[in-house]
Amino acid sequence: MKFNNYILVCGGTGCESSKADDIFKALQKELENHNILNENQVVKTGCFGFCEKGPIVKILPDESFYVHVKPEDAKELIEEHIIKGRKVSRLLYNKQESSKRASIDNIDFYRKQIRVVLRNCGFINPEDVNEYIARDGYLALEKVLFEMKPEDVVEELKKSGLRGRGGAGFPTWRKWSFTQSTSSDQKYIVCNADEGDPGAYMDRSILEGDPHSVLEAMAIAGKTVGASKGFIYIRAEYPLAIHRLEVAIAQATEMGLLGENILNSGFNFYIEIRLGAGAFVCGEETALLASIEGKRGMPIPRPPFPAVKGLWGKPTVINNVETWANIPIIIFKGGDWFSKIGTETSKGTKVFALTGKIKNSGLIEVPMGTTLRDIVYDIGGGVPNGKKFKAVQTGGPSGGVITSDYLDTPIDFENLAKLGSIMGSGGMIVMDEDDCMVDVTKFYLEFTVDESCGKCSPCRIGGRQLYNYLEKITNGDGTEEDIRKMKQISQAMGRAALCALGQTAPNPVISTLKYYEHEYEAHIRDKKCPAGKCKNLLLYTILADKCIGCGLCAKKCPVGAITGEKKQQHTLDTSKCIKCGVCEEVCKFKAVVKN
Amino acid sequence: MPQSMPVLTELTPELDAFINEWKDKPGNLIMVLHKVQQVYRYIPRDVALTVSKKLDVPLAKIYGVMTFYHYFKLEKPGKHIISVCMGTACYLKGGEDLLKELERLLGIGVNATTEDGQFSVQAVRCVGCCGLAPALTIDGEVFGCVPVAKVAGILEKYKG
Repeated sequence: MKFNNYILVCGGTGCESSKADDIFKALQKELENHNILNENQVVKTGCFGFCEKGPIVKILPDESFYVHVKPEDAKELIEEHIIKGRKVSRLLYNKQESSKRASIDNIDFYRKQIRVVLRNCGFINPEDVNEYIARDGYLALEKVLFEMKPEDVVEELKKSGLRGRGGAGFPTWRKWSFTQSTSSDQKYIVCNADEGDPGAYMDRSILEGDPHSVLEAMAIAGKTVGASKGFIYIRAEYPLAIHRLEVAIAQATEMGLLGENILNSGFNFYIEIRLGAGAFVCGEETALLASIEGKRGMPIPRPPFPAVKGLWGKPTVINNVETWANIPIIIFKGGDWFSKIGTETSKGTKVFALTGKIKNSGLIEVPMGTTLRDIVYDIGGGVPNGKKFKAVQTGGPSGGVITSDYLDTPIDFENLAKLGSIMGSGGMIVMDEDDCMVDVTKFYLEFTVDESCGKCSPCRIGGRQLYNYLEKITNGDGTEEDIRKMKQISQAMGRAALCALGQTAPNPVISTLKYYEHEYEAHIRDKKCPAGKCKNLLLYTILADKCIGCGLCAKKCPVGAITGEKKQQHTLDTSKCIKCGVCEEVCKFKAVVKN
Repeated sequence: MPQSMPVLTELTPELDAFINEWKDKPGNLIMVLHKVQQVYRYIPRDVALTVSKKLDVPLAKIYGVMTFYHYFKLEKPGKHIISVCMGTACYLKGGEDLLKELERLLGIGVNATTEDGQFSVQAVRCVGCCGLAPALTIDGEVFGCVPVAKVAGILEKYKG
């Protein structure tokens, strides 16, 4: 059935939390009120990516892009846009373009993006398998079942050059091929959806926006390596993604695309969901498999690799969500097509969660080889509030920082490693001049110390030691000897820790010491935090020549540290000051300063 | 005199049915604990003991698993659970200040419950709406881009 207009409402977690569901219902109700529900369709889709501007409503066919929509705007959108054909300019992203086509091609945020993995996100209703099928869904599985030999599938992946998107970038075809060539009565397919990197939500958005792409890919892998059972290990903190996966599995099974005798091919493949329970280390594949087995998620030494000896000791293909989402389109369009995107060593695209001190935060997908400058400035719109760009952090607690000197580096696995960071799963956090590198490093170490499973001592003890030094330095008690010791411990952890979590835990330390050792030194020698973040090293003062004695700071100070007569210069008692910064915030005359 | 065996707690029919369904599936423990927490909002010791008998898994192993994972709660949470996001984006944009403000307003730090049992405060890894940083959730409802000054007003809605 064809509709006059398709009204797409973003149903990603960000927009859902800003009442997207109420908007969806309000739009439907308005259509009903005007008796035009049969001519127009409202669709709740997955994430549009442009989270900064959410909730987002896009209307097809003219691609009007409405931002920051509220449920009470539904009436105007329907009456003006749908009935009278007039755009509601106050809600359009590009207000000046309201008379012209307001399509997303005109939005800088989207212009440099290519959507391969996110091809369906923000476009289809993820809770309707028919919409996935209408976008060539499950055609790749059909091809694998009826036209291709298992070795052809591996060959196609090899041609594509696809590398794992979970962090390490291991060639996907090799994993598959190991499992394929290992004989066993039972093999397993596992999807790693334990997205634990704080500040990253690529995998969740894929599962929420296009769950069938992952299911189809897992079935393809099952047929290719000879496995009949798959598990999706997903964070319990992602209820919406879990719900959409459950709906997708049920619908696909109902249609004969999963389960017994898929498409009458004689091939059986079953997928079960297993919930994670908030342990970052379970992103490590051997720990994840232990967790599926119902145990404490502690890693074991590799080899043997899971591809040979994995879940319950059986050969297991384990890939991350984004890797899976690439598979159907590679099989459908061919490895050669895929390998044309990206750089020499890193093919395809990468999805990043662009967040932090950036104007357009959101979920983006760019070809490998895109420069950081393109991402931060052209897509991200630069740093807000007139602040100066400082660095981008990639790879989360296992990664490092990239400074402004390297903004023109094309991003791929090798280049990021050369700069001392990693691709990681795709968190990209922009920092500005107000962010202290020592403090951010402490934040990451606090995270890894808390998440260390405690099995091996380099990680358990080394991480704690690094954290203690960082705390000492940010408190103003650091010595130069501490830096030397931190370097030593970092090196030992990198070599001796059992799993990737422990080996990479010192990366934030190594990376910030490489580019920002002077900031550490300022904390140690001058007892100053150049970014003004570390509270123990801050001193607030009131400038005599600027204070007009309005008394606002004294009124707002929670501890009564500021005194002074009305219209007289005020003074701040540093012994009482708790450095909350309220005085600086409220002063209209910039009379309160910190150093 | 030998200690008498503790009396096993009667499980809700829903939980009982779930355990029976999962009983013979390998790797069922974490899924069962999730269900227990869903029903009771935490994992009471007596229920853990009953699960231990039903699944024939030692209680020590169950506690080993429960304490390993952050998600499982061993103590009864308050009526409303406030989760402050401490993902990197929220941290940079002032997640810590939200925790401090909550401490000022409620008199409790992280992982604690107010005396009247109304509120529990916890810091969580990443709510996943980094575009709305800093964020907090109360009973699952997300509040994005929260300035410190607005925390008191948000809490007001949940009081009483």
